[in-house]
Amino acid sequence: MRFAIKVLAIISLLTCGGTQGVTQASNDGPLQIEINEGIIQLFPIAAPQFIAESASASKWAKDITDLILSNLDRTGLFEIVPENSHIGKITNFDSPIQFSDWKAINVDVLLTGSVSLSSDGNLVVKFRLHDVFAQSSLGQGVQYRGQVNNWRRLAHKISDEVYSRITGEGKYFDTRIAFISEFGPKTDRAKRLTIMDYDGANVRYLTDGDDLVLAPRFSPDGDELIYTSYQTGKPSVYRLNLRNGQSNRVLQTPDMTFSPRFSPDGKRVIFSRTTKGNTDIFETNLTTKESRRVTRNRAIDTAPSYSPDGTKITFESDRSGSPQIYTMSLNDGKISRISFRNGNYGTPVWSPRGDFIAFTKQLGSIFHVGVMLADGTEERLLSRSFLDEGPTWAPNGRVLLFFREEPGESGGPSLYSVDVTGRNLKKLKTPNFASDPSWSPLR
Amino acid sequence: MRLLRVMSVIVCVLLVAGCGENTVTRGNTVSNAGGSGSSDDRFTGMDDGVIETDSEFAYFSKEYFNYEIGDRVFFALNESALSEDAKDILTEQADWLLRNPDSTVIIEGHADERGTREYNLALGARRSEAVRTFLLQQGVGAVRMSTVSFGKERPFAACSDETCWSKNRRVVTQIEETTGS
Repeated sequence: MRFAIKVLAIISLLTCGGTQGVTQASNDGPLQIEINEGIIQLFPIAAPQFIAESASASKWAKDITDLILSNLDRTGLFEIVPENSHIGKITNFDSPIQFSDWKAINVDVLLTGSVSLSSDGNLVVKFRLHDVFAQSSLGQGVQYRGQVNNWRRLAHKISDEVYSRITGEGKYFDTRIAFISEFGPKTDRAKRLTIMDYDGANVRYLTDGDDLVLAPRFSPDGDELIYTSYQTGKPSVYRLNLRNGQSNRVLQTPDMTFSPRFSPDGKRVIFSRTTKGNTDIFETNLTTKESRRVTRNRAIDTAPSYSPDGTKITFESDRSGSPQIYTMSLNDGKISRISFRNGNYGTPVWSPRGDFIAFTKQLGSIFHVGVMLADGTEERLLSRSFLDEGPTWAPNGRVLLFFREEPGESGGPSLYSVDVTGRNLKKLKTPNFASDPSWSPLR
Repeated sequence: MRLLRVMSVIVCVLLVAGCGENTVTRGNTVSNAGGSGSSDDRFTGMDDGVIETDSEFAYFSKEYFNYEIGDRVFFALNESALSEDAKDILTEQADWLLRNPDSTVIIEGHADERGTREYNLALGARRSEAVRTFLLQQGVGAVRMSTVSFGKERPFAACSDETCWSKNRRVVTQIEETTGS
């Protein structure tokens, strides 16, 4: 837990506004974490290629080790100490570690593992995490078993354990991203519902592109998507079961319905509904099919999102004259505006941890994705460009995805990830233009 | 000189015809004036480029509605109020719709790309409702009109500056194909 507490301290410090030149001396060990000019000291980790217990397992041992290192590297928190600088060699998963070999090359944490193929053809992967300075194990060793074609998920599971044990943060690698793939000219885009692993692997198109589709959102169990489709000619909210591919319209009405999200218990859906040109927020109970009005206002009320405990919502409204962010208690109906700085605000979405609300902000000709506390204080902008929009949270509430659209006739959207601290902005690889990301819960 | 005058008419017609598909020539049928005076080679073949107006868009045609009246009205940034220009066009649209009682329309609201997807869907809906309400006040039956918003999903112009954005903040009155006409 020594490591966990320290890296958590890094994140907390950055959370408080990028304090410059802070040095946090460590009293209980040789580990020192420094924050200089907003750059944190990366955490040195070594992971020699996992031991292949048989010749047939060697390909998997390499691929799994590489993917774990790639995952850790993408967090922007680790320094991967390359194998060619290792002094010690791991030849047997069960042999004692020569900690001095790793201390000599300034490694703080060592990850070792082994891969074998069981008699029924499944992959069996074991790993251990070692604290080099304490010369002890960092948590218990774990063994995973899975089908060969699920090797990426095995690597993501181990990455999650490693990341979580060292940082003290929740897991997020073994997840998926639902989004919209975009094809064709800007004036006549075809859009397809798409799903892929968090790291861009295993892309699958879920609709054929005949109907305009928008903004998929995962159910809390990850087995369903809720989204908007123009299948009937007008935007309507649909539910898609990812296990059997069945899609159903949530509410039968001639009104436009759009921007849906599931409640945290998965039993309700909140969305926008337009009646005679006026858009308000409604909620449908998926069990009883009963629908109720949540807001009643002549202004536009849209983009609702629940708090993690399901007792409040946050939404976007122009009731003040420009689009701003509000929260509302579902118990007593009390509404409070929380965005007060210059600019237009939209697409508020509550962090799964409940601490922050992420949003889109338009200030002059620039769009930002940012976060603020649920009372509107401590606003922090994480990105800026011609058009940044639509943040979604990783299940650990520490990383966000959004889409960035390049301007002009040939411009289009791409997915980006960024830490809640504003560090580590990265573009995700997708086969086509991509927008409207939604991060799944942990699988 | 008569030949030159005929030529200039032809050039004018060609110029008008060259102004794009949306331009309609009105009533300026040109017949061959039969100029046969000059034997100058430079003018050989210059008088047979005669263009006749086959017909104008009929008042009752969809083309007349779309291009002569105008199928769309435009809005200021984040606004859904109708401008005086918009009201003039919509008055003519209503007149046409009243004379074409079998036609039905889909009123499509759109927004420019400078806003969130969710807000723009609602803004497009607000704009299409402003047009629907105006046409209703002019006497067009409610059952003949339906509305839909495309938000920023279907820009008409693709550039990313105000010249395009102003064309994209629009409501388009789409005449549905009516059976039997």
